[in-house]
Amino acid sequence: MYQLLFFVFAAAAVGFAVNLLAQRHPIHSALSLIGVMASLASLYLMLGAEFIAVAQVIVYAGAIMVLFVFVIMLLNAAEEERTDRSRLARWMGLPLVLVLLSAITAILYRQVPPDSMVRFGDFPGQTAEIGRRLFLQFLLPFEVVSILILVAIIGAVVLARKET
Amino acid sequence: MVPLSYYLILSAILFGLGVAGFLFKRNIITMFMSVELMLNAVNLTFVAFSYHLRQLDGQIFVFFVMVIAAAEAAVGLAIIIAVFRNRESLNADRMDLMKL
Amino acid sequence: MEPNLQLWLIPLLPLAGAAWNGIWGKRRSERAVAAVAVGVVALSFLWSVRAFFALSEAPHVETYSHWISAASFQVPFSFYLDPLSAVMALIVTGVGLLIHIYAAGYMQTEGGYYRFFCYMNLFLFFMLTLVLAGNYLLLFVGWEGVGLCSYLLIGFYFRRDDAADAGKKAFIVTRLGDLGFLIGLLLLYWTFHSLDFGRVMSAAAEFPVESESFGPLTIICLLLLVGAAGKSAQVPLYVWLPDAMLGPTPVSALIHAATMVTAGVYIIARSAPLYVHAPDAMLAVAVVGGVTAFYAATIGLAQNDIKRVLAYSTISQIGYMVMACGVAAFSAAVFHLMTHAFFKALLFLGAGSVMHALGGELDIRKMGGLRRYVPRTYWTFLIACLAIAALPPFSGFFSKDQILWQAYSSPFGGFAFWLVGVVTAGLTSFYMFRLLFLTFHGKPRWETGSPNTQHVAEHGHAGPVPHESPPLMTWPLIVLAILSLVGGWVALPFLWGGKDWSQFLEPAFRLAALPGEAAAHHEASTELVLMAISLLVSVTGIVLAYLFYLRRPEWAASASMRLRLLHTLLVNKYYVDEIYRALIVRPLVVGSSEFLWKGVDMFAIDGAVHQAARKTRGFGNTLRKMQSGNIRSYAAWVVLGAILLIGFLVVA
Repeated sequence: MYQLLFFVFAAAAVGFAVNLLAQRHPIHSALSLIGVMASLASLYLMLGAEFIAVAQVIVYAGAIMVLFVFVIMLLNAAEEERTDRSRLARWMGLPLVLVLLSAITAILYRQVPPDSMVRFGDFPGQTAEIGRRLFLQFLLPFEVVSILILVAIIGAVVLARKET
Repeated sequence: MVPLSYYLILSAILFGLGVAGFLFKRNIITMFMSVELMLNAVNLTFVAFSYHLRQLDGQIFVFFVMVIAAAEAAVGLAIIIAVFRNRESLNADRMDLMKL
Repeated sequence: MEPNLQLWLIPLLPLAGAAWNGIWGKRRSERAVAAVAVGVVALSFLWSVRAFFALSEAPHVETYSHWISAASFQVPFSFYLDPLSAVMALIVTGVGLLIHIYAAGYMQTEGGYYRFFCYMNLFLFFMLTLVLAGNYLLLFVGWEGVGLCSYLLIGFYFRRDDAADAGKKAFIVTRLGDLGFLIGLLLLYWTFHSLDFGRVMSAAAEFPVESESFGPLTIICLLLLVGAAGKSAQVPLYVWLPDAMLGPTPVSALIHAATMVTAGVYIIARSAPLYVHAPDAMLAVAVVGGVTAFYAATIGLAQNDIKRVLAYSTISQIGYMVMACGVAAFSAAVFHLMTHAFFKALLFLGAGSVMHALGGELDIRKMGGLRRYVPRTYWTFLIACLAIAALPPFSGFFSKDQILWQAYSSPFGGFAFWLVGVVTAGLTSFYMFRLLFLTFHGKPRWETGSPNTQHVAEHGHAGPVPHESPPLMTWPLIVLAILSLVGGWVALPFLWGGKDWSQFLEPAFRLAALPGEAAAHHEASTELVLMAISLLVSVTGIVLAYLFYLRRPEWAASASMRLRLLHTLLVNKYYVDEIYRALIVRPLVVGSSEFLWKGVDMFAIDGAVHQAARKTRGFGNTLRKMQSGNIRSYAAWVVLGAILLIGFLVVA
């Protein structure tokens, strides 16, 4: 059962990601990305990270992707043109990606004993504990990050302002 | 039950797709979305390892990554808007004012 | 304790004159310039006379201060006064004084008056440093300095290309000699660990005679000979002297007759103790001298430029002096040096007077019959010719006769040397009287009516109507003529109460006494016979010149027709200049310009620098292509970098 669910969501994630690359109009790519995030949220749930799964849906899919869609509509983005100005990216792009992939895989494989398994429920989500940690041990990063968001807001407003 | 390595491989694949998207797509918003895809792939890795090591630190890190991704998306999109106003185009190949 | 003679005044007075004239002379009148220049030389001469009378048995050395003081290599500023250097100083300052007075009149119309006297005084400073120096290194300073002044003065008319080239030629050719000299100095120091005259001479006297092998002394002496050959215009480094005649005539008189060219003889005489211990070197010296004397005399037979005849005559006479040194007749050599200074300077000054009278004419074929127009010049010139032809009672007779006798009788000499000397004497009197007859006798061949603009400017009439030179120029001629007459009488013992010339110079050459010398046993009668023969040869030369050029001039023309090959060879100076140019100068110039300049400098060195710049620029260009401004390229580079990093982690 677990395996089936895993493969379904994994295939969905990969499929949506491929679709992101395949589509020419950015709005289609944005919607594909939302699909990826939803699939990932499910996977998080299967790994027992409930808080993260919910945060993923609310923050990522709900806020960030909405922002993306707003911008795409604001700028009236059209289909992609067929320019190609980077010789390096064109010829070396695919090999580089494949090599990168294999390298990452190799490293990850080394770190993990081959027989470790994931079972549902082995590591239940501890949202309260996360909250506690955030406000106790990781208080400083928490506060800093909130100021960061403030700065980001101000920056975004200033950058995107219309010149009058 | 699924071997942990499957999650990791999935994450690697998603990361690779994100890199490919960044290299091959020309619309700058799409490139930005590929970056978000890469971040998500990394988040998956963190959560997988958090499970594997039975520690919550991975999930807290993912939390921070998300926050930062949000801030970054806001600012990045603002920049894209500003650049669009200047260059009248969303094609990354047209944004080469830094050429030597 | 001997009193301090302040010998430094002798060279330094002319130096002060040179400085004064050089710095302030340009704005002063000609009279002031000449007064200063002549005045300092006169003072220097008086001081030399004083030093001469203060001579004592042992050499008088004055040390002033340290010059080089480097552990064991010590060279002080020291001056050395012995009979040899005293005589040289007297000649230099005395004849120099007369020539300066003459030049004060001669150079009035030439331009650059103050510059001329500045250089002349400077020359005297260096020459006096040379003769008074107490060690070889200070002598070398004077040696180089006179070379410099010779260059400056030969090229005095620097606006003329040929004069400037002649100056360069003189300097470069004597440089070759200086190279030998310098190597000889190094060897000298290496052998004796000192360059001081006193120490070197006394050490050399202890050396064994190197008769069998080539020891250090022989090599040193040969190298010094190379230097002397350059400075004294001996074969094969004589080629600069005829061209040096392009300088003003007083320069030719002073430098290229009386003083600088005798520096080589001086140094050989000064190094006499070294030479007598190196018989092979002595032989080389004698051969060089003899060959030069004969060779230059043959060339002088066919020259038509009045100064060039005198130049070759100078080379020939110095050849006599060098040959005398080569047969260990050092005092005879110095004696001839003195008499030669008198009559050769007189000859040159007389030639200058002739040129002045004819408005600058140099070709003796265009002269003639000047006897009536310039009597004083004529009579003094005649006296000088008689002196150089070695007729008694003139000075040249005594000195040349001593050389010939020593050439025959000295243990280093031989019949061959004597024969060369006698034949050359005959040639000498022939060409000198040829010069005299063609210039002063016969029918005038100079052009009247061709206006010489310079002449017009100063005399107000056109064309060379020859007139005698002003007294400023003729008085020195007269004084020199008197000296040419009586200068040889120092060799007559009965005049000086039993002590004659060679005994006077003996203290200078005491250390050169030949070790274990078997006193050459020759009869006094042999000496008289030889004297008679040489006298006969000289008179024959005069008579032949009279016949060929006065009585039957057609004989001269037919002789040159019949011996056309020889005549052409002589007129063109055996084509030596052309040979040198082809064999030495052209390869050097071509080698320098083609190989060294184009090949090494432009191609290799500049090429390397340009290539380095080009490669750097090319590399920069390549790097520039990375900065395309294209985001996707940058992304690709980032991925590549990431792969490398990960790979590093995988591998390491």
